[in-house]
Amino acid sequence: MSTVIKTEPNAFKDQLAVRSWKLPLTFGALALFAILVFAIFGPDGRATFRLSQDGDAWQLPDLVLPAKPVGILAAAGCVALAILSYLQTKLEGRTRRSVSNAFTVLFVLGLLVWIIGGTKSQNITLVGLFTGAMLIITPLVFGSLSGVLCERSGVVNIAIEGQLLAGAFTAALVGSITGNAYAALVAAAAAGVLVSVLLAAFSIKYLVNQIIVGVVLNVLVAGLTGFLFEKIMKIKVQGVTVYNDPPHLPNLPIPLLSDIPMLGPMFFRQSIIGYLMLVLVAVIWFGLFRTRWGLRVRAVGEHPQAADTMGINVNRTRFINVLAGGAVAGVGGAYFTLVAVSSFSKDMTGGLGFIALAALIFGRWNPIGAFLAALLFGVAGNLQSILSLAVTPIDGQFLAMLPYALTILAVSGLVGKSRAPAASGEPYIKG
Amino acid sequence: MKLELKGITKSFGSLVANDHIDLVVQPGEIHGLLGENGAGKSTLMNVLYGLYEPSSGEILIDDKAVKFSGPADAMAAGIGMVHQHFMLVPVFTVAENVALGKEATGFAGVLDLEQTRKKIRDISAKYGFDVDPDAVVEDLPVGVQQRVEIIKALVRDARILILDEPTAVLTPQETDELISIMRQLKDSGTSLVFITHKLREIKAIADTITVIRRGKMVGTALPSAATTELAALMVGRSVSLALNKADATPGEETFRVRNLTVMDDAGHRLVDDVSFGVGTGEILAIAGVQGNGQTELTEAVLGLHKHVKGSVTLDGRELVGRNVRQVLDAGVGFVPEDRQIDGLVEHFSIAENLILDLYGKAPFSRGSTLNRAAIARHAEAKVVEFDVRTPSASVPVGTLSGGNQQKVVLARELSRPLKLFIASQPTRGVDVGSIEFLHKRIIAERDKGTPVVIVSTELDEVLELADRIAVLYAGALMGIVPGKSSRSLLGLMMAGLTATEAQAQLDASATTAEGELS
Repeated sequence: MSTVIKTEPNAFKDQLAVRSWKLPLTFGALALFAILVFAIFGPDGRATFRLSQDGDAWQLPDLVLPAKPVGILAAAGCVALAILSYLQTKLEGRTRRSVSNAFTVLFVLGLLVWIIGGTKSQNITLVGLFTGAMLIITPLVFGSLSGVLCERSGVVNIAIEGQLLAGAFTAALVGSITGNAYAALVAAAAAGVLVSVLLAAFSIKYLVNQIIVGVVLNVLVAGLTGFLFEKIMKIKVQGVTVYNDPPHLPNLPIPLLSDIPMLGPMFFRQSIIGYLMLVLVAVIWFGLFRTRWGLRVRAVGEHPQAADTMGINVNRTRFINVLAGGAVAGVGGAYFTLVAVSSFSKDMTGGLGFIALAALIFGRWNPIGAFLAALLFGVAGNLQSILSLAVTPIDGQFLAMLPYALTILAVSGLVGKSRAPAASGEPYIKG
Repeated sequence: MKLELKGITKSFGSLVANDHIDLVVQPGEIHGLLGENGAGKSTLMNVLYGLYEPSSGEILIDDKAVKFSGPADAMAAGIGMVHQHFMLVPVFTVAENVALGKEATGFAGVLDLEQTRKKIRDISAKYGFDVDPDAVVEDLPVGVQQRVEIIKALVRDARILILDEPTAVLTPQETDELISIMRQLKDSGTSLVFITHKLREIKAIADTITVIRRGKMVGTALPSAATTELAALMVGRSVSLALNKADATPGEETFRVRNLTVMDDAGHRLVDDVSFGVGTGEILAIAGVQGNGQTELTEAVLGLHKHVKGSVTLDGRELVGRNVRQVLDAGVGFVPEDRQIDGLVEHFSIAENLILDLYGKAPFSRGSTLNRAAIARHAEAKVVEFDVRTPSASVPVGTLSGGNQQKVVLARELSRPLKLFIASQPTRGVDVGSIEFLHKRIIAERDKGTPVVIVSTELDEVLELADRIAVLYAGALMGIVPGKSSRSLLGLMMAGLTATEAQAQLDASATTAEGELS
């Protein structure tokens, strides 16, 4: 019997009725800020961006921008784009992505020129900005990869912070005792796994609320490492804290690649942990989206019952993924004590585990997306710490807010909706 | 392949869901499993599919005893299952869903979906399915999703296919197509188990019928058995299937919907420019396959939707733009489609649930305190009036059976003077005995002179209650036809033809055989 299938009615017209004014309003407010601050009260000097460091193989010339004219241009551009966004929302129902991207670039440019132009030295080394950011980026990426592994299989991992901290502590302790940085690295992974075992056991086997278990684990690890730090790591033998003196993982520059301007110093003059990060991003992405393992993990995270009826052991898959996530975060934690600084200190992860969670959401539960989000957060965070040394027109404490403000914007869905794995956070109870 | 279940018992705590069930499915047979909602059909099939472990009893395949520790074992033994709620990952493509659990892989576990795509195309060609292996499942209509489920089983070489309530989500025409697919499968040697509570369908397709009631096997029958006989076996007492209802005497049209459009946040039209009116003392039934805008239409009338255009008037007063409280106070009684989510607070007592929308009014409250005595008196009266089977009105409503829960909802909504009564899926998941009672109450409300709107995806219910029938498809009104219209006409309208187009097509094919079930 033939049936006539009706074509979908054109939704275009209807979007007018449900348009969201969130973006045009935000852009309008920011454009107003740009006019006032970048254009009217902009500094008169120049802003110098140094693209190379002394000693780089290829020297790029400095980028010198006159602060006031650039500020006026940026402000004018922001106003124009805000108006365009308003018109697009009115006529088409939404702001086009290209407009939002252009606005973001212009605004950030204006902001940078304004800040740098207002400092005493009036210059900033971009390479320094990016390479310094790796100190934040590396643990962030490991943390969010741990989150990807757990949440893709349907377990929310709030305990990333605790896993990082456990990794940092264990690496310092084992490194100090054995004197071997690689043994310390393995021990850090094991410590992360240990935290994961608790998370997995309580949330998968005993069906305790996953958020609560995660929060409690963070508190537990912070308390435990803090206690042991006081009791063990402060012991001094001949003036040296023998249990808090881990060896340093050396940087291993890759010939040629490390000489690429900007990228070379950032990605190719790293320790083994840094290279492992790049490899893991690629491997986990490929694994999740191109292999049998990934298909099963994603099925378990989206529709565990469907996976179960296809003969996949849901809870075992989740258990393994949570443990793997713990190992990844543990290695990320080792970065603090084996690469970044050479000793453990109390609560040294400083909430990066939570920012990693934000990077995970911003990156839409995708390893590459999370990596890019971590880059953004890292650069924003490092910009603040560089500028807090210079005398800037805005207070350093205010700039310190930047990474967190970005995080809130990211999570509030201003930059597009992200869709979590459907079964994330839902325990699977069979029969 | 011959399948035999011997003395299968499955209990959850003190509840015995299956009690010594014996069942034999002969090779190449379509075996109908008939029973009411909650009779234990799905539990039995989940035992057979390895999802539940039986408390006692055994499963024999070709006279050899087998033991399944999970669905993987059942599939390996040649058993496939199409679940009532599809077991498909919505964000995966068809090929990914079919491959899941039995993936072809290359080096280091890298997926090779090309093999799966080829298998899907082969099966599609053989059975005339029109399924694109690269379509994302959540974008497909339910009928096609069901075929994906069947393909999943066939790719795994299933020789026994269990179909759990497969027609619940289909239009009558899609049901016909499913039945012809089942016949083809049977002809190619596959045995089928067809689970349903719909007598008409089981008679049309099954070779043998097993009837289950309250977890026990109560008999077997041939499809030639009389409908009333099967119904009596299923329910446990004789039931009158035909409702005696007097013709409606519609009065003035007091409830009017004009150009109503409802949109979701992204601007998709869920209800598309719908206009109709209902007179006093008349039942208008809204028919359609699940998910064609019925839910949104009723919710929009009640004031639960944000993006609503058009007009809804009751006695000349505009309802669009008012909040739920104001709409209820205007005299609208509303039975939501899912009583456990929107209709009742499960942990509240029957008495409390009966005043969920009246708690602020006399005599149930004085100032800011509740009048417990008045609430209890009210509850006792309603429990008697609506025949709610319960030890007392103070037990949590969640402990009642589906039918009794639904009686509580209806009792609450009908306990104040109404100017409009809307009921969504008034008898979903309700036993036959309660259905009879609920239908009578709805007709009694009509006879009191209230305009009544019923939304139902069950065509049987629509035909039984309606004085006029409106059909929704993709949010749009396909037309309003008299209450005694034919199933084939309604089926065509439910598939997206307007009333006139559908009638023209029926007239044109009048000489050819009518649809399987009309």
